[in-house]
Amino acid sequence: MITATATTAGQSVLAAADDTGTFVPRLPFGDWVESAVDWVTTTFDAVFDVVKAILEGAFDGLEWALQTPPFIVVALVLALLAALAAGWKLGVGSLVGFAVIAGMDQWDNAMASLTLVIIASAIALLIAIPVGIWTARNDHASRLVRPVLDFMQTMPAFVYLLPAVVIFLTGAVPGIVATVIFALAPGVRFTELGIRQVDAEIVEAGHAFGSTRGRILRQIQLPLAMPTIMAGVNQVIMLSLSMVVIAGMVGAPGLGQPVVESLSRIDVALGFEGGFSVVILAIFLDRVTSALAKRSPVAKALATASA
Amino acid sequence: MPAVPTSTPTPGSTPTPGPADRSRPAVSVENVYKVFGRRPVKAVQRLTEGASRDDVKNLGTAAVIDASFEVAQGEIFVVMGLSGSGKSTLIRMLNGLWKPTAGHVRIGDDDLSTVDAKRLRALRRTRVSMVFQHFALLPHRTVLDNAAYPLEIQGMPREQRIAKATEALEMVGLGGWADSLPSQLSGGMRQRVGLARALAADTDVLLMDEAFSALDPLIRREMQEQLLELQRTLHKTIIFITHDLNEAMHLGDRIAVMRDGRIVQIGTSEEILSEPANDYVAQFVADVDRTRVLTAQSVMVPPADGTTYSATSDDSQYVEQDTPLAELFAPAAESAAPLEVHDDAGDLVGVIPRDALLEAMVPGTEPETTTEAPGSDARGAMGAPPTDEPALPGPATTKGATA
Ligand SMILES: Nc1ncnc2c1ncn2[C@@H]1O[C@H](COP(=O)(O)OP(=O)(O)OP(=O)(O)O)[C@@H](O)[C@H]1O
Ligand SMILES: Nc1ncnc2c1ncn2[C@@H]1O[C@H](COP(=O)(O)OP(=O)(O)OP(=O)(O)O)[C@@H](O)[C@H]1O
Ligand SMILES: [Mg+2]
Ligand SMILES: [Mg+2]
Repeated sequence: MITATATTAGQSVLAAADDTGTFVPRLPFGDWVESAVDWVTTTFDAVFDVVKAILEGAFDGLEWALQTPPFIVVALVLALLAALAAGWKLGVGSLVGFAVIAGMDQWDNAMASLTLVIIASAIALLIAIPVGIWTARNDHASRLVRPVLDFMQTMPAFVYLLPAVVIFLTGAVPGIVATVIFALAPGVRFTELGIRQVDAEIVEAGHAFGSTRGRILRQIQLPLAMPTIMAGVNQVIMLSLSMVVIAGMVGAPGLGQPVVESLSRIDVALGFEGGFSVVILAIFLDRVTSALAKRSPVAKALATASA
Repeated sequence: MPAVPTSTPTPGSTPTPGPADRSRPAVSVENVYKVFGRRPVKAVQRLTEGASRDDVKNLGTAAVIDASFEVAQGEIFVVMGLSGSGKSTLIRMLNGLWKPTAGHVRIGDDDLSTVDAKRLRALRRTRVSMVFQHFALLPHRTVLDNAAYPLEIQGMPREQRIAKATEALEMVGLGGWADSLPSQLSGGMRQRVGLARALAADTDVLLMDEAFSALDPLIRREMQEQLLELQRTLHKTIIFITHDLNEAMHLGDRIAVMRDGRIVQIGTSEEILSEPANDYVAQFVADVDRTRVLTAQSVMVPPADGTTYSATSDDSQYVEQDTPLAELFAPAAESAAPLEVHDDAGDLVGVIPRDALLEAMVPGTEPETTTEAPGSDARGAMGAPPTDEPALPGPATTKGATA
């Protein structure tokens, strides 16, 4: 099915190649990208093999941990986490939500999606936060990175799947890679914004008493930027989740599978069961991450400031 | 030197020896310029040729123009001037937070324009600390941790720095607020945390940018006395920005008046009052509450022989010899007996009978407008200089201070 999609896309490009219908000659932009991707694929073949092996290992391991224990055990653990982060109400709510997912026979898919979201978000943040710090402290870097982020954010998410598939073939790995690229931008942006927003005079106070730049970053800028960075983390997770369905098209296991399948069979029932599970998972992740953001000591201190 | 006549300090007003040791300047500033904007270097070139701040507007904002002065070890140097005259910009260059566009700033023997980053940090840790105009507290740290911050950077072990920071907080009257967050304090209390932080750092140079602007008159007075005490006992060098002329006169060994980026006069409070360099300075000091510049010492008379005034009443009223006249009225009104004047050691050095106090308030008959600078000799009762100001002082609030 995946190869089918790819061929159709290729044919339509070929059809349009003859004539643009304007005075502008046909730009072989797509060909350039394709040959670039081909070149990258062959040149870094070994690297990609390693990346693929690592991601596959991580995915399989976490998925195993979430899918092997009985439903009730995993659901209780996750609900307990929610309760610890945001109080017993969210704990109970999550448990009910998980029961609904299980009732629709989507539990295994939900856990696969959760695995993909966790791994993709973790990688995205691991890249985004340092890049955000770098761009916040260096105007040149900021000017360099901004258009790249614009590109990444406005490019239709589907498009990332194509090179990911070319390089990593099918399965969870291209899903993870496409998700990471898609979800990266808000992580960088929020980190940069958070750090730049820190009152310049407070940073100056750090300098005035002889603190090093690194120490100012750790003791002043990052703590004060934390609420904004956490909002970025939340965004990254939400975007990752929204990519889950799309990743299903390249065969990534998870809630994307029933949705894609329902599309090809026009199966409304199956489609909504998958979709609704995504919604429940999204609410769970959103509430837990935003509660964690509010619970950090810095956020609490700053909250009293605005109270 | 600039050609604009109103901007050049009069020759008579440049450094006069104060109580401080002038041979070893703690801070020296040499032809310093700071221009913000697109073409700062070009602007400086025009400014050296005598252009004014307005003339170079299209090249950038000339915040500080050709500032030169030395502050001696143990001196309190006050900088005054209207809003936007460049005071904060100037003080920020003294610890290298901002680099001068041209000129040199030296802390002791170190030229800030040539020291490397490491040495600059060391200087800031050990030599210069700063009180910020807008406090600049770390909002996520408690009051105690804020006060201990410089010590933490200095690498002092936790217990030791907590002890020292607690001490500093007690000095500014915030001993009971150690565990609060800055956001839970009123404006004046926050400013005092900023003060405590700079005091805890225990450096020999203190840069204070409107450090008392948000304080109420009572605490402000107390802080002023503490500052003078610190200077007397520990010989701290203090550079103090204020909008309050009376505060400037009270604290400053010397005062620099700034206008549109230039320093127009540097001198003792007495010099500034009696020989203003130009109309601007004269207007600037027109509002000075002379009852705050005059001190108890200047109106007291020698105690009558053999009389021990304190023995005559239990609730003996006494004032320090450097108490300004403005603060003598209340105690004088409370008792019929003359006010005792004590020196720092607590010894009786003079008395102020009510009539002497009132006499001092009558516009002076003496032709010379003499004013009392802190630390100069007592001259006995004398008339206050002629002034349009009401004799009784208004509240010691800041004029046009930005909080
Ligand atoms: N970062 C900056 N960028 C551009 N211009 C600045 C900057 N900081 C200050 N200025 C300008 O420099 C001039 C002097 O400002 P400064 O803050 O030194 O004034 P000030 O004397 O401290 O005033 P106030 O009493 O109101 O605090 C002002 O015209 C201001 O607009
Ligand atoms: N957010 C807060 N949480 C807890 N206590 C607070 C908070 N804000 C103010 N307070 C306390 O309320 C009291 C009054 O504060 P307020 O800011 O009204 O004082 P103020 O009269 O404006 O003083 P100042 O002249 O110093 O500005 C202070 O003791 C302060 O500690
Ligand atoms: Mg200022
Ligand atoms: Mg207030």
